[in-house]
Amino acid sequence: MEILSQIFAIIRKDLLMELRDKQVISSMLVFSLIVVVIFNFVFEPGDSQTKLTIPGVLWVLIIFAGNLGLARSFGREREQGGIQGLILCPIDKSYIYIAKVIVNIFFMMLVEAITLPIFWVLFDMSPDINFPALLLVLFLGTTGFAAVGTIFSAISAHTKSSEVMLPILLFPVSVPVVLAASKSTAKILAGSSLGEISGWIKMLIGFDAVFLIACFLLYEYVFEE
Amino acid sequence: MKNSNSLLIVLIGLSGCAILAALFFAFLYAPTEISMGDVQRIFYFHVPSAWSAFLAFFIVCIASIIFLINGSAKMDTLAVCAAEIGVLFITIVLLTGPLWAKPVWGTFWTWDARLTTSFVLWLIYIAYLMLRRQIPSEEKAARLSAVFGIIGFLDVPIVYMSIRWWRTLHPQPVFAGGSGSGLDPRMLTTLFVCIGAFTLLFVTLLILRTGITYAEKELALLKSKLYKG
Repeated sequence: MEILSQIFAIIRKDLLMELRDKQVISSMLVFSLIVVVIFNFVFEPGDSQTKLTIPGVLWVLIIFAGNLGLARSFGREREQGGIQGLILCPIDKSYIYIAKVIVNIFFMMLVEAITLPIFWVLFDMSPDINFPALLLVLFLGTTGFAAVGTIFSAISAHTKSSEVMLPILLFPVSVPVVLAASKSTAKILAGSSLGEISGWIKMLIGFDAVFLIACFLLYEYVFEE
Repeated sequence: MKNSNSLLIVLIGLSGCAILAALFFAFLYAPTEISMGDVQRIFYFHVPSAWSAFLAFFIVCIASIIFLINGSAKMDTLAVCAAEIGVLFITIVLLTGPLWAKPVWGTFWTWDARLTTSFVLWLIYIAYLMLRRQIPSEEKAARLSAVFGIIGFLDVPIVYMSIRWWRTLHPQPVFAGGSGSGLDPRMLTTLFVCIGAFTLLFVTLLILRTGITYAEKELALLKSKLYKG
């Protein structure tokens, strides 16, 4: 019970900070909208070719916007000295990881929730799809990306040029997530049921489980000062 | 010191001979493949390089884990040196592959499971080496890159599985049994000779590289003493 309240305290702190300056959400959101506009120039909406590229575009958008948000996740702590506070906290450092992952997933999902309808309208996509399946894929993909992204954000915060290092570390490692998520999104948009994409879903769950556990165990080494 | 030097010279001599033997086996002993012709001989350098690269990345992971447990500086040095040599070998894999693929598949590159995995691996370990140079404090650099080294290696089988489900064109392993597999015994001998030679070369390079790193550290220490004194 105590663990839960500790995790909740850090989550509350991050949400409060975000509520006050709205840095993460606003930068991710504006970036996503810009990407949608740019892709609109590249691909002709309504074209049958465009339909095939939409899942890829969607996931490129999610990981690029996610990268922006993740970079702020620790960048902000460092700038304002919050990291010292976290280190001095009398709690297990791994719970900081759990809290940060939850916050990052929440921010990313929030941005997805706003961007996706806009995406839908602008690219004239069919409303007749398996919506819960799409939500599940979005959630699993975002979780996997945030699981590795959170620890890499903490690692790259120590480097000289953290904005450059984060995507260099994060994108190659998250190849399986992006691949599995964009392939299953493509299937869902083409009208497949959850059963037809069970292989990819299992892959996403596997990735999430492996990296949530591994990063949870490794996090204390990142946080030593 | 002197003892280890003479051991090193023996090791260098041995791996030199082994590479010469590998060249002999690959170019003279092994029969020419019927359908692919001489270009198939790249196989004897491609596969052993891939093997050495995987061995190197495995060592990075194991050394990183041991380093995180007991903080031994030796393990950290071993991990970095193995990563550097691993990148070298995976680069050889990425260069020899397309040379073979162009005449045989008709294209230099396809986004096949093994090709993509090697490419992603290359990116991961380049990132690993960049990360080390980006962190000013040496102790911190060692710790953080160890964490990345472990996560990167855990990712390898998952990358492979995911892309394998997606599409695959790469020839199946030809010497591990299964239907349609099978090599001429002379080809198999050649392959094993080459794998042995490359492994020996890898070990020699690793020992040389760690030796250089130790010397560098010692030099830095002596320099700092000199300026202080």
